Amino acid sequence: MKKLITILSLIASLTLLNAAYPDGNELLKKIDDNMLSKTMKAKTTMVVQTKRATRTMVSINWAQGNSKSFSEYLSPAREKGTKMLKDGDNLWIYDPNTDRIIQISGNMLKQSVMGSDLSYEDFMEESTMQESYTATVSGAKVYEKRDCWVLNLSAKKADVAYQKITMYVDKVRFIPLYEDRYAKSGKLLKTTRVQEVMQVKDRWYPKTVLYKDALKNSKGTLFNVESIEFDLSIPAYIFSKASLKK
Amino acid sequence: MFKFVLKGLFRDRSRSFFPILIVTAGVMVTVFLTSFLDGYLRSMIRQNARFATGHMKIVTNAYAEKLSQKPYDLGFINSESEFEQWKKEFPDIRWTPRIYFGALLDVPDASGNTSEQGDIFGMAIDMQDETAVKDIQIKEALLQGRLPEQPDEVLLSEDLFNKLGLSLDSTITLLGSSVYGAMAFRNFSVCGTISFGVEAIDRGGLVADIEDIRAFLDMPGGATEYFGYLPTADYDDAKAKEIKKQFNAKYNSEDEFAPVLLTLTDQNDLGILLEFYGAYLGMISFIFVIIIAIVLWNAGLMNSIRRYGEFGLRLAMGEQKKHLYWWLIMESLAIGVVGSVIGAAIGIMVLLYFHTHGIDFGVFLKDSSIMMENIIYTSVELKNVLLGILPGILSTLLGAMLAGIGIFRRKTSQLFKELET
Repeated sequence: MKKLITILSLIASLTLLNAAYPDGNELLKKIDDNMLSKTMKAKTTMVVQTKRATRTMVSINWAQGNSKSFSEYLSPAREKGTKMLKDGDNLWIYDPNTDRIIQISGNMLKQSVMGSDLSYEDFMEESTMQESYTATVSGAKVYEKRDCWVLNLSAKKADVAYQKITMYVDKVRFIPLYEDRYAKSGKLLKTTRVQEVMQVKDRWYPKTVLYKDALKNSKGTLFNVESIEFDLSIPAYIFSKASLKK
Repeated sequence: MFKFVLKGLFRDRSRSFFPILIVTAGVMVTVFLTSFLDGYLRSMIRQNARFATGHMKIVTNAYAEKLSQKPYDLGFINSESEFEQWKKEFPDIRWTPRIYFGALLDVPDASGNTSEQGDIFGMAIDMQDETAVKDIQIKEALLQGRLPEQPDEVLLSEDLFNKLGLSLDSTITLLGSSVYGAMAFRNFSVCGTISFGVEAIDRGGLVADIEDIRAFLDMPGGATEYFGYLPTADYDDAKAKEIKKQFNAKYNSEDEFAPVLLTLTDQNDLGILLEFYGAYLGMISFIFVIIIAIVLWNAGLMNSIRRYGEFGLRLAMGEQKKHLYWWLIMESLAIGVVGSVIGAAIGIMVLLYFHTHGIDFGVFLKDSSIMMENIIYTSVELKNVLLGILPGILSTLLGAMLAGIGIFRRKTSQLFKELET
């Protein structure tokens, strides 16, 4: 009888524990709701640390959902005036020195952006987290003094850049604070660590993120959001090829 | 006596024809094979020295660690004064800077948008230096147009040029990363097309002046590699290693951008290749001796059976077994010499043909990254002929010695019985 009571209480506690975890896909929806907006404009700095030097690049970026974005580099001098346009699956770069618009495609998308730990592919993801991944919650953890859910993501389709992701998501703010992104083989490809968050009206957003390409022996790229606005009106011409040469 | 043996052999052709044929074929194949291998190895060393290794090269420590990846971002920057110093210190060596890089080649359409793209493997040399131009034999490799004369002119591989549908004076844009990781763009004009006959380079090669590429990759006064060539045309490993010792003792340190000198044999596994090459040739000769000896041993046994009566009669007439054995060896020596001379003569004729016309391996090297010429020319060297002749003679002697052992087993008491039958 005692044994039966022990087994029953064990099953009950496991069930309760499971019930205490939220649904992983529900969490993904909340992350998408928090991180995405209809439109967005941000001024960012990207600090790239290489063996030779540390470079800081300032850019101004516009985005419409996940499918369209436009960036213009303001500094340093060598990069000033360089523009990038993403429209769906297409990515173009404009270089003012050669006055050329060059399409980036194929293997080039896997290359680093401006020597950073980010690839063009990282910018090309069009689907929301919900559309790309299924998620399960495997536990809870305190990360950087914040209570987080531990989420394990598996890709729903083969064409996403990372087939598996482990992330710690802030339980209250729904920001992925820690991510390890893997290839299908299980090889770690990239890590992201949010170092600072900021509140913009009613949402929380990552302010400083350290990206590290696990395949490179780099110190990482620090991505910092200087200012950001959500759901503002952006003229349609911004996302046209004509705006690259303007 | 040798003349007498020869007479006997040629009068009774059944004794000599088959063994001579075997030795001839064996010597011919060996002479050709060793000459071909020699030519192959020389081609490999020559091409590597020209395009990839020099007789020696100076790179940074960090670059040397990832040498096969040619990470130009770990090359030298503003290194003119150091380069001048090295030139003064080692005046016998001819030094020349190079930059190896990869980039995306973009061809614009009429409105400046991307029309065609292709990956290139770029090589920047000092176009003002006549010997640097000669090193990679650009003039010989030029198929269309001319060498770069103006700034921002490049030569493109004929294959890529045709694939992208370009014409001479077409404008192309190179897109890559600067040594600092920044995006790098530069417009160039195609002034000519080249084909080095090296598949690994001809697939997507681009040759430019080093000053233009320094500007493109943001590496003023820099180079990824400083190639060094010995005054002798052929590579001298001992000399190169001596210079390496002196240079590294003076200039190398633990700093990741400190210069380090590498010899040809330190790169592309060429050291192992050269080390084992002698062994390969020895092995080929040894295998040849064994195979031919076995075949001739068998032929000798067959011959002994055929000449059973003759040997019996000669022994019965009082000829010593030793003398008979010695006779057989003399016969085999004659066969070995004649067969080897004929085999070597035919082998020389074949290798002379391929020394002039070469053997085209282009088809097999289509997707290869091996640094070797598409056409391999056999080398003409006395040592390769000797490498065929000596085993040719040795194998016939060995075959006769083994087959002749049967003579000592004959018993005189049985001879008369055999003669009666």
